Amino acid sequence: MFNAWSQIIKRDLLIAFRRRSEIIHPLIFFVMVISLFPLAIGDDKVLLQKIAPAIIWVTALLATMLSLDNLFRSDFEDGSLEQMTLLKVPLSFLVTAKITAHWLITGLPLILITPLLAVLLYLSAETTGMLLLTLLLGTPTLSLIGAVGIALTVALRQGGVILSLLILPLYIPVLIFATLALQNTVQGFSAEAQLAMMLAILILAITLAPFAIAAALKVSLN
Amino acid sequence: MNITQSITRLYHQFASPPYFYRISGLWLPYIMGLFILLFAAGLYGGLVTAPTDYEQGEAYRIIFVHVPAAWMSLFIYMVMAISGAIGLIWRMKLAEIVMICSAPIGASFTFLALATGSIWGKPMWNTWWVWDARLTSELLLLFLYLGVMALYNAIEDKRTAARAVAILAIVGVVNIPVIHYSVEWWNTLHQGPTVTKFDKPSIHLSMLIPLLIMAVAFKLFYIGNLFMRVRTEILVREQKSKWVKELAEES
Repeated sequence: MFNAWSQIIKRDLLIAFRRRSEIIHPLIFFVMVISLFPLAIGDDKVLLQKIAPAIIWVTALLATMLSLDNLFRSDFEDGSLEQMTLLKVPLSFLVTAKITAHWLITGLPLILITPLLAVLLYLSAETTGMLLLTLLLGTPTLSLIGAVGIALTVALRQGGVILSLLILPLYIPVLIFATLALQNTVQGFSAEAQLAMMLAILILAITLAPFAIAAALKVSLN
Repeated sequence: MNITQSITRLYHQFASPPYFYRISGLWLPYIMGLFILLFAAGLYGGLVTAPTDYEQGEAYRIIFVHVPAAWMSLFIYMVMAISGAIGLIWRMKLAEIVMICSAPIGASFTFLALATGSIWGKPMWNTWWVWDARLTSELLLLFLYLGVMALYNAIEDKRTAARAVAILAIVGVVNIPVIHYSVEWWNTLHQGPTVTKFDKPSIHLSMLIPLLIMAVAFKLFYIGNLFMRVRTEILVREQKSKWVKELAEES
């Protein structure tokens, strides 16, 4: 069971490193969209500092959503997803491997590049630390929730717009708690409560999302 | 025959589209008739006999539409999720149809709640819209409805579409409390619940009674409208079956 799990992770990471553009493109998107804001607002340090956490979080949300398309697409097209459903190992368990690999490929680089963007938006070291922490707790949840949406739309030819309609409302709690935590940090308050809520949402997503994803994939494969 | 058996029989009878089509056709005039009666009574009670509010004046009277519509918006989402689950588990066609036909009605009620709330907000808060917790979660509920409808329309095979939508509706139901409380935490300006508080309702009886009558009327409207939509959908899906052809020849 765990052998199949680690095999899938190894395979997905290998494929990703052979096709590096898939790792890099969402990152470029992330950096470009964030740099659009200072250009549109003007070099107003106070204003940028104030809205930087929101900018970074909303852009991270969109970048995660864009990168999701790769999650099941190629496996769906070449039939390996169908093979996975035939294994003795439950599909709901295997999809956690797919999502873990996907997060390592797209979520983690996003977090690693964030300190650089925080400098561009004049964030203090303390706020940057909190930003990284919220991203670390939040992006796995985004991947898990997004995977439900992509599993439902993978068989559609024009799934992209539909996907955003389905999952953006579900992303809102994560966005709210992350930005609240950052606001509290900026104002010098403790953000423990928000972080605890984000962790709770993550645990809830880890527990329940795989079943929904597996069920959705089976519908899409039909 | 014991009770369980008769319930099972009733369940199977209702699950059969021809039977549902016949029975719902018989019930529909009564449901709609009762709706019109209660709707008229509720409107009269709300707009004429209920006293003027000492703080909000006459403008408060929009709550007789606003509050029942907001209740319906959540209620219908729950109906969708439950019938979706029934459709997924027992592959019951009728449950799938009920779920799909509920979505546009639910979206309309959500929109109605938002629109009437906005009209009420203009004289009370002096603004059409505020980013308040309850308004925001109602708006997000509308987005959830729109997502459901978009997904259903995007998938060509309607039975597959219904199953996909059922999963989405169930995921949505798990998320609704999370969304609701996160938004609540985020910002609160809307007045707290006045009817569903556990102690005595803080609304006067002369206002409460028309409000409850309107709530029942809205439920009846939903059932009636749902029946009409389900009947049409059944005819479309079963157009090749014998009983629909016979029905068409009769008329």
